[in-house]
Amino acid sequence: MLVQNIVFYATAALLVFSGFMMIISRNPVRSALFLVLAFVASSVLWILLEAEFLGLVLVFVYVGAVMTLFLFVIMMLYLDWQHIRGGFVKYLPLGGLIVAAMVGLMIFIISPNHFGLLLPVEHGADYSNIKELGEVLYTQYAYPFELAAVLLLVAIISAISLSHQGKTKNKTQDVSKQVQANPDERVRLVKMPVEKKQ
Amino acid sequence: MWNDVLALIWIVIKILIIVLPLMGAVAYLTLAERKIIGYMQCRIGPNRVGIRGIGQPLADGLKLFLKEIIVPSKANAYLFILAPVLTIAPALAAWAVIPFNQDWVLSNINAGLLYALAMTSLGVYGILMAGWASNSKYAFLGALRSAAQIISYEIAMGFALVGVLIAANSANLQDIVLRQSGGFFHWFWLPLLPLFVVYWIAGLAETNRHPFDLAEGESEIVAGFHVEYSGITFAVFFLAEYANMIFISALASIMFLGGWLSPFEGVPLLGSLFAWVPGIVWFVTKIAFFLFLYIWIRATLPRYRYDQVMRLGWKILIPVTIVWIVVASLAVELHVGPWFNY
Repeated sequence: MLVQNIVFYATAALLVFSGFMMIISRNPVRSALFLVLAFVASSVLWILLEAEFLGLVLVFVYVGAVMTLFLFVIMMLYLDWQHIRGGFVKYLPLGGLIVAAMVGLMIFIISPNHFGLLLPVEHGADYSNIKELGEVLYTQYAYPFELAAVLLLVAIISAISLSHQGKTKNKTQDVSKQVQANPDERVRLVKMPVEKKQ
Repeated sequence: MWNDVLALIWIVIKILIIVLPLMGAVAYLTLAERKIIGYMQCRIGPNRVGIRGIGQPLADGLKLFLKEIIVPSKANAYLFILAPVLTIAPALAAWAVIPFNQDWVLSNINAGLLYALAMTSLGVYGILMAGWASNSKYAFLGALRSAAQIISYEIAMGFALVGVLIAANSANLQDIVLRQSGGFFHWFWLPLLPLFVVYWIAGLAETNRHPFDLAEGESEIVAGFHVEYSGITFAVFFLAEYANMIFISALASIMFLGGWLSPFEGVPLLGSLFAWVPGIVWFVTKIAFFLFLYIWIRATLPRYRYDQVMRLGWKILIPVTIVWIVVASLAVELHVGPWFNY
């Protein structure tokens, strides 16, 4: 129990620290990397709660794929870091309003009255929460699950249709043409008469 | 209190028992690679340090250790130094779930396969950070190539692992091995052959090895993401790459070639003849086979062009895995023997 407590307080502190640093660091790449650290720390917390499936999915979906693409884009942007906080005062009222709304919502929804501080039931090592999750997801929540899948599919198709520019503008290689290429058409062997030694 | 401390010390000892031989294996894998490629190209490879070049990895290690670490003047120094550390850490952490024999495993967790996938997906950060922090165009291009390639092939690899998950009905690596018991033809390589091939190709791409080593592409971008690195920082990237190669090989032998199980199980005479061989010998032999395959492929195939790499990953490997997941699910549902008749 002692080790678990140490791990919990250490990662919780790390989570708060990295979330804070994500907001205050000037360089967007460093912000993104702190966000990655925050994701990893929260996945550790989930694993401590015996939600190992969700914890690992958080690592390989958000950290492994989503944040990599984020970094990809941020790293390629040229940003003038010195002048990026110019509009701080201008946006302060709106930002304050949003913060107040979110804090109010959080207090309303997950305050101790509603959420409770009940410890989750501890299970033995044999307990597999992947199986439990799968059973609930594919029986009780089958329709919402399928709906979410369809929603993602729609998003994929619309993303492709937005970025697809038609055949004329497309500069990709024609694979069948490349496969059919043979040396007879492309290489011309020229026969030269042997030159005499001078 | 003291029990906790003792347990922690015991875990550290177990970690050392895994990591130290792994580092030795990495060192001698570099020698094996140079020797094997040398023989394939009618050379003899390194042969000056020690008997027939046996001391070469130690000499290389010492040389890299003593060299100066140069941080480029406009580089982001923190991230520049952190990047190799972030590359090697997941490469070593992934070994926590690998079972070397029955019950010889550091952490026998139920979601072992997911853990392995999560750790391999973390390796890309070291590469991206190295490329960005170097503040060099070549390094950055190499990092972008590498990241795009790893993300693309991770999908195919994940789907291949889903097929194994369906066939084994478990994500625990030890259960996956035990499900394959019964001899050579009971292993998953046969019912999941397309997934096995896809996993192997994706494994080559994930580790940035030939023929998918565009991240380094000497002829185009010098050395890719680690072009600015020297001395021990370069050596750490090297260690991570080879540790990842060994890890992908270990995972392949666990999922498709029955891990520590003997190939002669169930064969009348050979089975009893080889019954005394400890499981870890078979496991190491299988890993060695895959590592040889890595080197053999490197010596044989030319490098892919970048658009060909992307096409192979997205348009060929992913559809193949999706089709075969359906086939595998049907086979499990219909209890096709001898693999799924439980």
